[in-house]
Amino acid sequence: MNAIVEVSGLTKRYGSLAAVDEVGFTLEPGRVYGLLGRNGAGKTTLMSLLTGQEFATEGRIEVFGRSPVEHADVLDQLCFIRESQRYPDDFEPRHVLRSAEWFFPNWDAAFAQQLVEEFRLPVKRKIKKLSRGQLSAVGVIVGLASRAPLTFFDEPYLGLDASARQLFYDRLLADIAERPRTVVLSTHLIDEVADLLEHVLVIDRGRLIVDADAEELRGTAASVVGPRAAVDAFVAGREVLHRDGIGGLSSATVSRLSEAERAEAAAAGLELAPVSLQQLVVRLTGATDSEVENR
Amino acid sequence: MDEGRPIYSQVAEQIENDIIAGRLPEDTQVPSTNEFAAYLRINPATAGKGVNLLVDEGILYKKRGIGMFVSPGARERLIAARRDRFRSQYVAPLLAEAAKLGIPADQVAAMIRTNDEGMRR
Repeated sequence: MNAIVEVSGLTKRYGSLAAVDEVGFTLEPGRVYGLLGRNGAGKTTLMSLLTGQEFATEGRIEVFGRSPVEHADVLDQLCFIRESQRYPDDFEPRHVLRSAEWFFPNWDAAFAQQLVEEFRLPVKRKIKKLSRGQLSAVGVIVGLASRAPLTFFDEPYLGLDASARQLFYDRLLADIAERPRTVVLSTHLIDEVADLLEHVLVIDRGRLIVDADAEELRGTAASVVGPRAAVDAFVAGREVLHRDGIGGLSSATVSRLSEAERAEAAAAGLELAPVSLQQLVVRLTGATDSEVENR
Repeated sequence: MDEGRPIYSQVAEQIENDIIAGRLPEDTQVPSTNEFAAYLRINPATAGKGVNLLVDEGILYKKRGIGMFVSPGARERLIAARRDRFRSQYVAPLLAEAAKLGIPADQVAAMIRTNDEGMRR
């Protein structure tokens, strides 16, 4: 499949800080991506660069074949739902929904209306007076009803309760099944969305540290649990993402275990516990500075 | 969905279980990929991968423009495959646990027999 986004050597510096640091990847049509990482890792900056809202310091970005900056034909196909979207002071949600029609060629007003009812969004209230959850609902509705070929959701669920988040996931799944498009979800609630993602990008301190299929990541990492000496012997020479222990018992998280290695661990009397995507990301990005330097 | 196992293989296994249990007889239509995705709350592409795995194995067949159906003989083939795996999947771990606890194999066999009788009664 032809990539709709191609990025290479992308860097964005603010003074001496590299918010995005030599990042390269591609996005394919019709897939759901998870953009994961800690606060300040560079996720929002990366999405701003891809949607032409920031200028790159170095590197190349092609979205639908050309630079997104000031190319209306590219920007028409993008929708970026920001975590803290600003609106004009006297705007009400109905104004946002009406103006969305001008920006998004695929805008579906009937779908937006359905979502307004499902999310119980008061459309005739000043945006300033909305609760945090209602404000998030405005973004979610715009993001879904825009049906843009490439849609970015940056932490779209702030203040949304559990049932509203479930509604978002359900409507997103149903809609992309009928009208395939590429969606990038940037989120901290990894466990909640893990099953929706096809591909995962993990960014840490501006660098891309994971670019892999979600199914490949699932099941390749495991925690090896058993007597300390046996665990030490098994993980010797492997990259250990995380270590834990109590008494004589030790647990080590390793990635990319093959079937043969699993059998080897079982034969050594070790237990293998699965590691969720969320645990894996926490372990990959949770290292302190000194731990990184010692690697 | 379980952690640690690819979701698509769990989707395939779920369909297999329905075929083995007789809930999906031969030549009946299985739910669409999108129905599976919505019901299991998983990505449609992942659900599709699970369904296609069974198409590749000949367990399901495709009617163009209509959907996926259970192949004739699918149930027998699945049962045969599961029987082949029964020993490694169930008997071996059972005996390993028994050995850990010092329960000899003949005692395990006796337990299985009395349990089986209890279930029949």
